[in-house]
Parts: sequence; structure tokens; C-alpha cells
Amino acid sequence: MIEFATLLERLAFTPSRNMKLALLKEYFSMAPDPDRGYALAAMAGSLSFAAAKPAMLRALAMERIDPELFTWSYDYVGDLAETVALIWRRETPDQDTPAAPGLAEVVHTLERLPKTDVPDVVREWLDACDASSRYALLKLITGSLRVGASARLAKTALAELASVAADDIEEVWHGLEAPYGPLFAWIEGKGPKPDAKDAPVFRPPMLAQPLENVDLTAFNPGEWRAEWKWDGIRVQLVSTPQGERVYTRTAEDIGKAFPDVLATMQDLGSRVVLDGELLVVQGGIVAPFAELQQRLNRKSPTASMLRDMPAGIRLYDILFEDGEDLRSLPFDIRRQRLESWFSRLNPPRMALSELIAFQNFDDLAKLRENARSEGIEGLMLKKADSPYVPGRPRGPWWKWKREPLTVDAIVMYAQRGHGKRSSFYSDYTFGLWRTVDGERELVPIGKAYSGFTDEELKFLDKWVRDHTTKRFGPVREVAHGLVLEIAFDAAQYSKRHKSGVALRFPRVARIRRDKPVEDADTLEAFIRAFL
Amino acid sequence: MEWLELKPEGLFCAPGAFYIDPLQPVAHAVITHGHSDHARPGHDLVTATPETLAIMRLRMGEDRAGQSQQALGYGDVISIGEVRLWLAPAGHVLGSAQVVMEYRGQRAVVSGDYKRALDPTCEPFEVVPCDLFVTEATFGLPVFRLPDPAHEIAKLLHDVCLFPERTHVVGCYALGKCQRLIALLRDGGYHEPLWLHGALLPMCNLYESFGIPLGDLRSATAAEKGEMRGGIVLAPPSAIADRWARRLPDPVVCLASGWMHVRQRAKAHGVELPVVISDHADWDALLETCQATGAKEIWVTHGREDALIYALGKMQIRGRALRLLGYEEEDEQAEQGASA
Ligand SMILES: [Zn+2]
Ligand SMILES: [Zn+2]
Repeated sequence: MIEFATLLERLAFTPSRNMKLALLKEYFSMAPDPDRGYALAAMAGSLSFAAAKPAMLRALAMERIDPELFTWSYDYVGDLAETVALIWRRETPDQDTPAAPGLAEVVHTLERLPKTDVPDVVREWLDACDASSRYALLKLITGSLRVGASARLAKTALAELASVAADDIEEVWHGLEAPYGPLFAWIEGKGPKPDAKDAPVFRPPMLAQPLENVDLTAFNPGEWRAEWKWDGIRVQLVSTPQGERVYTRTAEDIGKAFPDVLATMQDLGSRVVLDGELLVVQGGIVAPFAELQQRLNRKSPTASMLRDMPAGIRLYDILFEDGEDLRSLPFDIRRQRLESWFSRLNPPRMALSELIAFQNFDDLAKLRENARSEGIEGLMLKKADSPYVPGRPRGPWWKWKREPLTVDAIVMYAQRGHGKRSSFYSDYTFGLWRTVDGERELVPIGKAYSGFTDEELKFLDKWVRDHTTKRFGPVREVAHGLVLEIAFDAAQYSKRHKSGVALRFPRVARIRRDKPVEDADTLEAFIRAFL
Repeated sequence: MEWLELKPEGLFCAPGAFYIDPLQPVAHAVITHGHSDHARPGHDLVTATPETLAIMRLRMGEDRAGQSQQALGYGDVISIGEVRLWLAPAGHVLGSAQVVMEYRGQRAVVSGDYKRALDPTCEPFEVVPCDLFVTEATFGLPVFRLPDPAHEIAKLLHDVCLFPERTHVVGCYALGKCQRLIALLRDGGYHEPLWLHGALLPMCNLYESFGIPLGDLRSATAAEKGEMRGGIVLAPPSAIADRWARRLPDPVVCLASGWMHVRQRAKAHGVELPVVISDHADWDALLETCQATGAKEIWVTHGREDALIYALGKMQIRGRALRLLGYEEEDEQAEQGASA
């Protein structure tokens, strides 16, 4: 428990991906089996308990501490598990500390422990643990453990330990279960590569390169296929004899959040692996990304969400059909297989991603710019003979995003960044003019923390420091004196912001030192232009 | 205890006509220790340990550290009017003292700031039995059961080993915390050069002049960037996440403070590695100390006095909150420094 608790604590505080990787690698190579397997399960989100309720924690704490003191402490700390972890004191502090339980011991014990015995066992464990292990333990048994590392990162760490690609781990991953003995054995060269067989495993997806600095005139239009690039999230639908899955392109299993999609696949009963875009589709119309976001934010959707925000899939590709691996076939052939599969089964909730007819790339460029409808980000160009290659090969597939929209806004607040940027004011809240009762005022419409060069960041940081009017902790309010050209992909109405609007992917396109703040855009003009 | 009064200037011993750690310039001040909220400039006569007087001269200059200075070693008794007075070690920073006063058969002890945990850089706290004990309560909540400092040092050193290509920059207060950290690092087996922000060096020199060895200390400001890679840099909390830290190769931001014990507080400051080391008594030490003095009455100068007074009440000890607003302990300043 101690090693796991130490890892948790360190992961919680470091923002750096490389540091997290190093910490994970250290942990996985030092921690014993099966503890490390359960730690991995915790990161993958497949270790969930509800063995203890907050009321039980509170009751245990009260055995050792005055209620009044507990309340003061809880008010101060703000988190029940942390309060109990910090406040806990062994009844007989002078005696030798019993050994803290291992992670696996905790998991195994709770699996078969009658509910009535839980408090006694937990009390013993708390006595045996130090404060940071108590915290990890309490978070674990109340089902509120958050690990500051994604499953993907954990798998990347394992892959680096084994000197294989992270995708190799993904290929075997979903056929395995905690505590992942065969996986660790394989990684350490003590066992064979686990066999996925009929398990609904994830297949690493093929990704496109952005179309930048590429000479389109050198391309022969006849060799290329064009599709809309949908603004949803890329998913892989997997259906095998052992079950169905919905994966994101980083191998996250999001099936629980999309039972509507899972149910459709179950009904079809067809053994396929499909590549597509997950969207919210209302009466055949793709909804704004914000609606999909709401579905993504929930571990499992409510009945009204399922009704009002039904999921839909735009199908791009087919990777497997009835056990046959189609990935080495050319795009055109796979497309035929996809179309014939589609017309045979006519699956509900799904639609084929339309192939766009075009004579030349100029036509296509016009189409791209005019396609401002909801849910389209731009175009995809795919070479007609391209096989489905995992990763992001340069050449066969291109994403051709439409030009971003822009608005000239005024910096209002700045906040320190994280990690390497913690000494810079690198997050900027910007706003537009609005007139209320004849008075002009600024109203914030969004936040940007990217898009600038290192030089520009230095300038912005200095500008913020020189023009600070107020400070609130890590946030500075600044004088209204600097215009930023903000690029964004789409605008939406939003109840969350005072201005009533929100931007998708806002970033700093240019610093407009030349532009007087009076000439920055107004909210009215913004709404007229983009909403 | 009527002969010890609370005045706007601070705690006043009427029969001796002196103040303890007064907040404003007075004719006679007895100073517990050199932190700026306790040792303020502009008094006529200052009585304190030789170490505290030296610290005051360094911090505020010869001319502002009291027109005349009276050095008093630990345990040396003097009489001021009818009051017998001596200083006892407080274990807080170099030279820190409790002020012990006897008057007409009663004894009062004003502890200033104190701690009971290990500190190789100053004399350990001495329990002085008394009738009235005046305590701080910086960590006056039972969640503050602070870990063994050696454990925190081991944690820091482990991290230094694990990330040899990065530079660990540890925020620490210039007086006390910095030198204690250095001494604990040395005790923990770390004998590499330590890189110091310019604001920390003079106080380290002063400690060494009082016979406290701190090993190889170098100026971070004068160093080549590459030299510090993989090393440990110490800097005031206000510098660790600010422009100054940009000179360091790939810094890991650490902060040495008792407040780091609570996750939200550590997270709020963007600290990557909290080092829970405090120069103040934690909850258990506060209660143990108050009890050990045998005092029937406890006054609390500053901190979270409500919980402490409540807990003392349960032990049949009468507590009173003085709420001396001028004492913002240095850890709190450190924290604000880190966020500003
Ligand atoms: Zn102090
Ligand atoms: Zn203080």
C-alpha cells in the first residue's frame, strides 16, 4: 500500500507527462505481483469498490477524535477521506506498527468480506498505515480513487519497460483482467505474448497528418478520395464472439457512456471492427459538439440524455469482418466491403461517411470553405490505394481543416500556467465589447493558452506583469490595453459564460499590438457573424 | 495573571516595564527570535540571545536593531525591577528563546514560536514548568500531525535520484527553514554542493559563524545553468515559481512548509513535490507541551486558537485567545510568496 500511496501522491502533483512515465516505470518495476496489477487496474478505471460509505468513515473517525475537533478539521481540509487520513491516530502509538496491508490484500479481502465486518478490518488497516497510505486506502474503498495517470500512460510505461510499442500492449490488453499476471510476465520476458483471439480488443487506428506545406498540384485527383471531417470523436466499434466494445482512438473503453451504441451492435450480431466518428445526431442532423461533450462527461447517461442526445456513428472504414483482417487491402476495396456490409445490415444509428465527388482540388477547396455547417471540421483526403496502417504515416491520409474563424478580443485576466510554464502568465481570458445602458463594457468570452511562440509568450508574460491592476491568487486582472486575434473552430451558445457564448478550440493567432482596444470586436457583431 | 498585560504594542510585563516581541517601537523589548514578525526595528533597548541579536543586525542593519542591545545566554538570569527573567531554548530557529518571568511567586513563560521536532541547527525546546504558558497555535488542528522530517528529506532525495536530468528547486524561508533543510539534507547523506538564491546566503554564513556547519554552499545566481542540472537549489518561496527560476535547467518545484501537509494547499500553489517540514509545533506537540508545562492557564498568541483552546478545555486547562494580529508566521508568508 505504501508504494502505491507514494506513487499516487507523486502522480497527483506532477503535471509533466515524462515525469509521470518515469514514476510509473519505477513503480511497475519495483512493486510486487499482484499489487502492481491492481494498481494498473486502478489506473485503467477497472478497480471500483463501494465497500465503505462516507458515514462509515465518519463513524470510525469519531471513535478516535472529538466530534467538534473533527468538524473544524473537516471544514479546513474539505475532503472526508483526507481528513480521516490525517487525523487518524493509533490507539497505542508506542507499540510496534503492524505491517501495512498490500494493495492486493485489500482488494482480495474486500471481495469476500461480509459488509458488517468491514469497519473492523478498515480500522485495523488504518492503524497499520501512515497518513498517505490511509488516504489511498480510504479513497480506494469508498470508490473515489483518482489516479493522476491515464490507462494509456500506464500502458506506455509498460511498453517502454518491455521495449515494445504502446499499441502492442493495447492489442493484448482487452483480453486480460486484473491483476494482469500474463501481461507482466510477457513484459519481463518470462512468458509468451498473451493471445487476444476472439476477445474484443482494440486495434490501433490509422491517423491523418495535417495538410500543411503540401503541394496539392502534384496530386492526381483521380487517385484520391475525399470525405468530410466530422467534429465528433473518433471511435472504433468492435464486435466479437466475446462481446462488444466502443473504444476511443486512445483505446479508452467508453461503452458504458454509450449503451445506445453498444445495444445497436449487439442487435446486429455481426463480427466486425469498424472505424467511425461518434456524434450526437438528432433527427438526422448532427448536433453541436457541446452536446456530445455532455454525453462524454457522464460515466453513464440518464434516460433523458439517451432520448434527447442520441449517439450516432459516421462510418469511415472497416478493419475486420468475420475474423478476416482487411487492413492490408486498399482503401477502395475496404470501402466496397464497408458499403456492402452496410447495405446488407442497414444498421440503425449508423450512416456511411459520404464520399465527396470532385474534379480538382480547387473545387474541393471551395467546398471546404463553404461547409460551415454544424459538425464539420474540414475534409479528409485518403489515397485510393492506401492500406490501413496503424499510427500516423505521412502520405496516405491528410486532414484538411478549414481555415479557423477569428475574432479580435481584449485580454482581461491572465493566469499562471502549469509545469514548465508555471513561471509564466500563459492562460489568457479575453473578452469583447458590449453596450449596456449606453455604457461600453467588456465581457469575457473564453480562455486561450496556446498558439503563441516562445517569444510571444515572453512578451505576453511581461505585458501582463506590467499592466496588472488586481491579483487574486494565481490570477491577475490586467488593464484593458492589449488586443489578441483569437482563432477558433466554432462558436456556440453557452449558459456557462456570462456572455452567453463559447468558443471551440480558441487559441492566440496573433498579438495585435497595432490595434487600439476601442477597435476590438463587439459581442453583437460576433453573434451576428458566427451564431 | 495580572502583571502580564495585552497592550496595542503587544504583550507587556508591567512590573518590569518591558514588552515581549512588540509590534511597534518601544523603550524596552525582549525578543524571542529573529523572524521579522517578532523582531521589529526601532526599539531603544533590546534584550535577546546573542544569536538573535546577530540575526537582527544582519536583517535590519546595526542602527535599527535596537539603540542598545543586551545579550542574554540561555539560562542567564537577570532582574528587571522585581521581575526575574531568563531565556530558555524554543527549538524554533537559531537563537530562538522562550521568555521566562518570575514575579511574586508566579512564573509565566512566553514561548514565541517553537517546535519539538528534530532540528540540528538550534538548541532543542526545553520544558519550563510554569503557571502561565503563552503558546502559538500555527498548526492548531488535529489534521496537522506532521511527518518525521527525515522521511520528507528521504522523499526529496529519492526524487533527486529518480530524475537526475532535472533540477530540484526547494522554496524555503531564509531564516531557519533554509539552514535546517540544509542540515537535514547533510544528515540524510547528501553532500553535493547546494545552490542557493542570493537572498539565502548571508543568513547561512551567519549560522556557520555560530558553529553550525552547512557544507558546500554555492551561489545559484552566479552558477552556469548546466552546473546545477541534477542538483538541489534552495530559494525563497517567492522565487521558486517565478522568473528567477527560469535560469534553472528543467526545475522541479518543491516547497518546504508545514502547510504542504494538506493536499489542496499544496496543489493550489503548483508545487510538484511538497516537502512537509515545519518549524512550528504540530498538533500533538502543542498539546503535549501545554500539558508538560503544568500551566493552569494557557494564552494563545496567534494561529488556529479555537481548536486548541477547546482541546485544552477538555483537559481542564483554561485557554485564552490573544489574537495578536501582527504575527503572521513565516510559513504563511512562504505560502503567499509562492502564489504571488
Ligand atoms: Zn518564527
Ligand atoms: Zn511567528
